[in-house]
Amino acid sequence: MLVALRKEFLLQWRSRAQLIAVFVFGAAALLLFSFAIGPNAEALRQFSAGFLWLGLLLSSTLTLAESFHAEMENRALEGLLLLPVSPRIIYYGKAIANWMQLSIIGISLVPVMVVLYDAGTTRILALVGVILLGTAGLSAPGTLYAAMTAQIRSKQTLLPLLLFPLIVPALLASVKATSLVILGDPMGEGRSWITLLVAFDAIYWSLCGLLFGRVIDE
Amino acid sequence: MSRRLFLAGGVLFALACYCGLIVTFADEYLHADWSLGLPVVVRTLIAFLGALAAMILFFAAEKFEDLTQPRALIIAGILFMLVGSYFGLFVAPPEQYMGETQRIMYVHVPTAWFALMALTLAFVSAIVFLLRGDFRWDARLEGSIEVGIVLSFLLCCQGSIWAKPTWGVWWDWDPRLTTTAVLLFAFIGVLALRRFVDDPLKRAIWSSVATIIAYVDVPIVYFSVKWWNSLHQQQSAPSTVSKPFWIPLRANAFGILLLMTGFIMLRSRIAALRVENERPPLIEEEAV
Repeated sequence: MLVALRKEFLLQWRSRAQLIAVFVFGAAALLLFSFAIGPNAEALRQFSAGFLWLGLLLSSTLTLAESFHAEMENRALEGLLLLPVSPRIIYYGKAIANWMQLSIIGISLVPVMVVLYDAGTTRILALVGVILLGTAGLSAPGTLYAAMTAQIRSKQTLLPLLLFPLIVPALLASVKATSLVILGDPMGEGRSWITLLVAFDAIYWSLCGLLFGRVIDE
Repeated sequence: MSRRLFLAGGVLFALACYCGLIVTFADEYLHADWSLGLPVVVRTLIAFLGALAAMILFFAAEKFEDLTQPRALIIAGILFMLVGSYFGLFVAPPEQYMGETQRIMYVHVPTAWFALMALTLAFVSAIVFLLRGDFRWDARLEGSIEVGIVLSFLLCCQGSIWAKPTWGVWWDWDPRLTTTAVLLFAFIGVLALRRFVDDPLKRAIWSSVATIIAYVDVPIVYFSVKWWNSLHQQQSAPSTVSKPFWIPLRANAFGILLLMTGFIMLRSRIAALRVENERPPLIEEEAV
């Protein structure tokens, strides 16, 4: 498991230019959202959480679609499968790496959001927690679908088509929880959204791990 | 064997119709008691379980080469729908609060049941395929996803038609509505995945996996949207629907059940034929 993780992190470190490119893409998306709404500071602040997550979601399809790129070259995936480890290990290594990558992008998009939408908050830890939980929800099914779509033509269209409807609950809960962190939570609703997010993560991290072996089985 | 199973399904279905439909009809319009002494609860149970068991028997009888069975089911389904539509449009009285618009419920509610039923069948087929690796279940998976998508799409259309005069809007972010829309897109994604994968085995495994993942999402989406926002009517159970409304509702329910079963059988047959067509060239390639 640790070896798998180490391999993933090494791969990511070597392709850090891509991470930066995706971050810039996400920041550009955030900038464009504000043009769509117009220079209405109040509305922008109101919807900032939604924009942050949409930007992150769009960026995630880029990172996820690329995440099996190295494995597809020179049929390296078959080599990995020949190793005496369960494919589950490969899956969790990949999924954790994707999760880390997405949460780094998510956390670094927060300052952009604060500057553009004036959506500052002092509860930094809570915000980071929500981003970690939300990106975990994106990366578990995202990694599984990326493993499928990486092997076929037109993966760029198919991955979002499969992933977006699926992660509706995670997106909803993350947006709600984030906006409660930013705009204040007088009713104490944040807790139930976090519970939903944790449940979603738990279900998909276990289910996708179970099914991954079948997906890459030759 | 196939024939006998199909006939057994037909008999069970007739029994379900008798208990669910004909007794109510006799009671309402002929003022006669044809219930054979069975209480309402038992009759409802027979109607419900009998129809379900009949559907399972129809599927078990399926051979993928015989066209008469699905055709018979579809014709019977259309007849039921005609009866249901006649009663729903002309015989049943208008509803007290919603008036004539309420009549769409006679198709809307059964469509909802069987859209979910078709996708549940897809889920079951996916699990069975992953366990057994039998391509007939892959064909069934494709058939039931396609029919489920059509029914969910119809459901969204009917819902919008009903919502405009009642709520004043075409669309609302209600849990059931939103869940149906999400479901629709999720399963369209699965179908798209099937189109893009050329290897039959990979296609079957991947679409089974995707179906399981999408289906598990249904309750989560439902509850998350429910917390988010709600306005939909309370679900209609037979106890909240009065007797003259039962006949069109149930006739349509039986009709849509038959149509769904027949269409799934036809579509699965096409899927099975396609897989058969794809196989020989693959073997040739390996031989070369």
